[in-house]
Amino acid sequence: MTTPLILGLLAGAILSGTSLLYATLGETIAERSGIVNLGLEGILLIGASVGFSVTAASGNAWLGLFAAGMAGGLANLLFGWLVVTRKANQLASGLAMMFFGFGASALIGARYVGAVIVGLPKWRPSWLAGFRWVKATTLFNYDLLTWVAIPVAVLVWWALFRTRWGLGVRAVGESPAVAFAAGRNPAVLQYQALSCGGVLGGLAGAHLSLSLTLTWSEYMTAGRGFIVIALVIFSKWNPLRAIAAALLFGGAESLQLQMQARGSLISPFLLDMSPYILTLIILVAWGGSRRLAAPAGLGRTFYGSE
Amino acid sequence: MSSPLAAPLVEIRGVSKRYGAVQANDVVDLSLYGGEVHALLGENGAGKSTLSRILYGFTRPDSGEIFLNGKAVDVHSPREARSHRIGMVFQNFMLIPALSVLENIALFLTDLPAVLRPEAVGKRIFEFGERFGLTVNPHAPVRQLSVGDRQKVEILKLLLAEARILIFDEPTKVLAPHEVDALFRVFAALKAEGFAILFITHKLREVIRCADRITVMRQGRVVGGFGSGQADVETLVTMMFGERGEIGATRQAGATRRPAEARPILELRGASSHATGSETPLRGLELSIAAGEIVGVAGVSGSGQKELGDLILGLRSLSAGSKWFCGANASSWSIARMRESGVAFVPEDPLVMAAVGGMSVRENLSLGTGRRYRSGVRLDWSALEATMNQSFEALAFPIPPLDPPIGALSGGNLQRVVIAREMAHEPKLIVALYPTRGLDVRSAASLRHLLRRARDGGSGVLLISEDLDELAEMTDRLLVLFGGALVGAFSRGAWQPEEVGHLMTGSKEVNVA
Ligand SMILES: Nc1ncnc2c1ncn2[C@@H]1O[C@H](COP(=O)(O)OP(=O)(O)OP(=O)(O)O)[C@@H](O)[C@H]1O
Ligand SMILES: [Mg+2]
Repeated sequence: MTTPLILGLLAGAILSGTSLLYATLGETIAERSGIVNLGLEGILLIGASVGFSVTAASGNAWLGLFAAGMAGGLANLLFGWLVVTRKANQLASGLAMMFFGFGASALIGARYVGAVIVGLPKWRPSWLAGFRWVKATTLFNYDLLTWVAIPVAVLVWWALFRTRWGLGVRAVGESPAVAFAAGRNPAVLQYQALSCGGVLGGLAGAHLSLSLTLTWSEYMTAGRGFIVIALVIFSKWNPLRAIAAALLFGGAESLQLQMQARGSLISPFLLDMSPYILTLIILVAWGGSRRLAAPAGLGRTFYGSE
Repeated sequence: MSSPLAAPLVEIRGVSKRYGAVQANDVVDLSLYGGEVHALLGENGAGKSTLSRILYGFTRPDSGEIFLNGKAVDVHSPREARSHRIGMVFQNFMLIPALSVLENIALFLTDLPAVLRPEAVGKRIFEFGERFGLTVNPHAPVRQLSVGDRQKVEILKLLLAEARILIFDEPTKVLAPHEVDALFRVFAALKAEGFAILFITHKLREVIRCADRITVMRQGRVVGGFGSGQADVETLVTMMFGERGEIGATRQAGATRRPAEARPILELRGASSHATGSETPLRGLELSIAAGEIVGVAGVSGSGQKELGDLILGLRSLSAGSKWFCGANASSWSIARMRESGVAFVPEDPLVMAAVGGMSVRENLSLGTGRRYRSGVRLDWSALEATMNQSFEALAFPIPPLDPPIGALSGGNLQRVVIAREMAHEPKLIVALYPTRGLDVRSAASLRHLLRRARDGGSGVLLISEDLDELAEMTDRLLVLFGGALVGAFSRGAWQPEEVGHLMTGSKEVNVA
């Protein structure tokens, strides 16, 4: 392989890995509190469409980004109302959220199909632009979300493992009864975790439409939400491992694009499938792992202490 | 301020709580004074845990009031209770296995800063542990701890949370004697500071030793109370069980001597096992249990008792040596095969190892019965129920309701169900780990009686216990386990508690007979 190919791959991995990472971090926080949102795909779509529409309408990508984060947070609060307050089944509610996201995003984005926007500004530190190979790629030419992605992952890790709040969230995810006995309010902690997760999911969606594609099209997330749910498992519910997981999958996506662009002999259908095949392989390889660190209360409903 | 004549710190008035058909608390009144240990007694299912959960705000009462320092307060959640400095050790632990000891304790600290400072918490755990003789490794994950260590973590958790009204629900159930002594020293220190302690236990001698006041509950009601020195064991038992109180009848001792050539039911020959994490590896065990004898195993917790039980049942595989059951090499038998050949097993922690909390009592009774009740693809529930009812009757245990989930039973009732199920099919070999843990005195006595009857009927019994009195009363031979090896063997009546105590703590070795 040539240097440009490798650098191109890396650049692509980072670009598509960014939104995967934000979504993985968001889902990790939610799952740490014991709630799995299978409807993450819907949250991503809502983030992408709200971000795009607001940007197109206002001409300000920052406003779009902000709106996308809010919309993601609100959508997850709605999900929280279903599964925490109404105690509905998490898996069924998650699927309902996904279809809700499909519909809502199509509705929101309908007026802006084909619109042209100025996306999130990108910049590359000038001292890096001097390298010949760097110049030829998008390497180090990033928007804010990409630049702060790794610090955000570290921040999420810190919040989960080094703060009182994070200890409470993890306790609820393991055993709501113990958290309740410790004087915490399980429902409040789960709502907090879900809203953080939703904001990150919304930003992840917005990164797709405001930075990667610069267009809106229905179902543009193409299953990323489900890949992310696998990534959370792959990263063992750990935000720092999520960095590596997101890069790996971003790499798979960008490899597929590079191969297609270069007219590879491999069937394009097979190439399209490659990230999902990777997902399957990883689930198979890690599924039975004993050291799997799933929160013990994941997916369970807490009916209170009576 | 610590005089019992002062106004009570806590007053519970007219508290009632009903669960389905069970009136768990029926207009209960109880006062706790500063500077006293108040023991709460009662048979299994009397409503002790329910009452303490209500005081801690974990369970909402149907009616009734709680007064603190004479003022009515609404304790509607543990958070509220903790703000009034009420703390509780739950009977079934409130611990998160996946988190470390330190994190579990930090979760319950009232003054935990927004940003965790693990070293500071670790230091406090260490200091309290040293001061009160309750040392644990703060960095170990709780999942690796023995039950005894978990109990210590629970107690530390409560002490560090700086409560002044402390509820202990059967804290001594799984503690070794020296740890119980340490706990009573903790009680004394807390009393001296004017704190109030509510102490639930089934060990009446402990009560007489350390309680300033005693309240007895029966079927959800308070049926009487005593000051310190006013009650002896007999009086307490009569009050706990009412007319049905005499347990003396079953207390006949004396073993029928087994014939010298009795065939061995179970033999371990040089049996060893590997260990991971905090488990104890077993080292070259030579053990033989004959038909018609009760073999006791003494040892402090974590000496390999759980591993020994698991090895016999087949949950754990042998790394060296062999296992023989009724003359056949059973080294690689599955658990199902061991059970079907007639092994009954009462594990150390029934809610984890022998019962599925969310399933009904009836379904739990059918677990591990193999093909016995299968008729076609169905299970013959009425045959199962009939057998189980007989088993409850043989044990003189009341038959629990069969429909609720087993997790809703009181701690002692759960233990009873597991025992009744295991004893139902005339087992050839009974392996019982701490079987009387959590049972009230009467249930414990009838279980011992049944074990002796099984022995006289030709079963072999392996009784693993920490209670030297129980072992002295029950066993035909006593083995001592230390660090995964058998370090002593005695025949009935031929041992001194001190000598066994030394062996249990590893301060002396004797040749294994
Ligand atoms: N969550 C629950 N759901 C249904 N029934 C319950 C529940 N908790 C307790 N009970 C019932 O209430 C009664 C009192 O139980 P409780 O746990 O207070 O007894 P206890 O005195 O602590 O007994 P033990 O000595 O066995 O621990 C029992 O019959 C029990 O089955
Ligand atoms: Mg109880």
